[in-house]
Amino acid sequence: MTTTLTPPPVQPPTPPKPRAKLGDRLLFGYTWLVILWLCLPIGVMILFGFNQVQGRYNNRWHGFTLEWYAHVFDLSGLTNALEASLIIAVASTLIATALGTLLGVALGRYRFRGDGTSNLVQFAAISTPEIVMGMSLVAFFVQLDVPLGYLTIIIAHVMFSLSFVAVTVRSRVLTLDRSVEEAAKDLGASAMGTFWLVTLPMILPGVTAGALLAFAISIDDFVVTNFTAGNIETFPLWIWSSQKNGLPPQVNVMGTLIFAGGVLLALGNAMAARRRPA
Amino acid sequence: MGSLRARFTPYALMLPGGLWLAIFFVIPTLILLQFSLMTGNEADGYQFTFHWQNYSDALSTYYPQFIRSLEYGGTATVLGIALSYPVAYWIAFKGGARKSTYLFLILLPFFVSFVLRTISWQFLLSDNGMVLGPLKDAGLLPPDFHILQTSVAVVGGLTYNYLPFMVLPIYVALERVDPGVVEASYDLYSSRTQSFLKVIFPLSLPGVFAGVLMNFVPAASDYVNAEVLGGPDNTMIGNIIQDQALTVRDYPTATALSATLMLALLVGIFAYARALGTETVLQAAAR
Repeated sequence: MTTTLTPPPVQPPTPPKPRAKLGDRLLFGYTWLVILWLCLPIGVMILFGFNQVQGRYNNRWHGFTLEWYAHVFDLSGLTNALEASLIIAVASTLIATALGTLLGVALGRYRFRGDGTSNLVQFAAISTPEIVMGMSLVAFFVQLDVPLGYLTIIIAHVMFSLSFVAVTVRSRVLTLDRSVEEAAKDLGASAMGTFWLVTLPMILPGVTAGALLAFAISIDDFVVTNFTAGNIETFPLWIWSSQKNGLPPQVNVMGTLIFAGGVLLALGNAMAARRRPA
Repeated sequence: MGSLRARFTPYALMLPGGLWLAIFFVIPTLILLQFSLMTGNEADGYQFTFHWQNYSDALSTYYPQFIRSLEYGGTATVLGIALSYPVAYWIAFKGGARKSTYLFLILLPFFVSFVLRTISWQFLLSDNGMVLGPLKDAGLLPPDFHILQTSVAVVGGLTYNYLPFMVLPIYVALERVDPGVVEASYDLYSSRTQSFLKVIFPLSLPGVFAGVLMNFVPAASDYVNAEVLGGPDNTMIGNIIQDQALTVRDYPTATALSATLMLALLVGIFAYARALGTETVLQAAAR
């Protein structure tokens, strides 16, 4: 009796499990270095808002003080500039959010003739250099004899933040479950009622994110505002025109407060969105 | 009735926003082109005379600034890719549950005004400031060493200011890479390097291209960094346009320069989009 020796099945050599623990650790350290680099100027801005400035230039550390927080609104020019920035940001955010939300719903929900053109215009609005937008608007307003001021700044801010709202809302609309809206209609809701009671609450995280983005872009905008402002000075414009003579520490304080407010709002919105699953 | 209404709904929704963009973006762009062919000045008014000389005059006077803008913008963009890619890679593949935290940290600079951030760098890099001062005191640098007023400072500022716009699109592209595809390349005996070069990197290219757009366009047309961090030898085309438009008030020259800048960038973008397929660029840019 012969035993047939079946050769053991040829085991393919297991592919080497690639690993690079050291590489990962290097990348981790590198990522944090870049984050530190990105945050370095912010840290300097915050720190020097607490500096006991002596003389005109806030460029050397002289000790800790809260004086500038107590006297943050003492410089009337700077305070007026901050007010102007806030008025412009609120007005342009409201308009841009309303128009951008409708646009985003239309682009996310419907396929229609002309959506290619509209995509293209929005893409162009996002990718045209700001300085060209500013220059175009100046040429436009000069031709029409529109005096430069609040109106022209708000028009410009709505124009460039509109697309950002539309893009944000559109991506939210694309994730929606349409059957919920159909159910609302089946239960007798009108088109308007469905929009206000069903669609809008579902896309609300996208709308608030878009509004926050519009607000942040508006309050921070320099280039287009510089062109369309006329005699109005916003916060960034005031900083720009005063930087040659040294900036007062109140600028650091206001910058820090805007920073803190923005971060808190963004975190709040992110947490609200997390608690409300899509 | 219902279907007719349904057909018009998207147009009705788009109308207000679309009109706003048409009136305040498309028309002003056309007026910019028209203005660039006009003659005249603020006091006497302007006439449309097909004055192509505006372009040749502007270009022959300011071509060094044009070239410099493309150089600075290009260098900042390339540096941006090199600095951002590893960060985007690490967040996308190793960020785990903390991905959004890392992205948030990358975006933190946007909560501070762009002008203020740039002035902060001017302060940090000043000749005897926080960075250079101690190095000079320690004798590591000669006392007359300076970074401000050089191209290094301007390009550094540009790279810094637009870096988040490079990290984000690359991250989005990497995040969408199917882990199964990478796994498959390992099963087919590729090394880590090979699967990066042949699988992951090509899949991330749309993100890199979007990042290039979002960095090169604003960097090449910037004037804040050159003004705050640079010196008289570092002026870019943006500085000239700003000066011509807001100080000299020579609108024909300013508009001709703007139109040239816009056309140069548009031609570049469309060549890019063609080479890549428009849809991918639009998608990547939309994120």
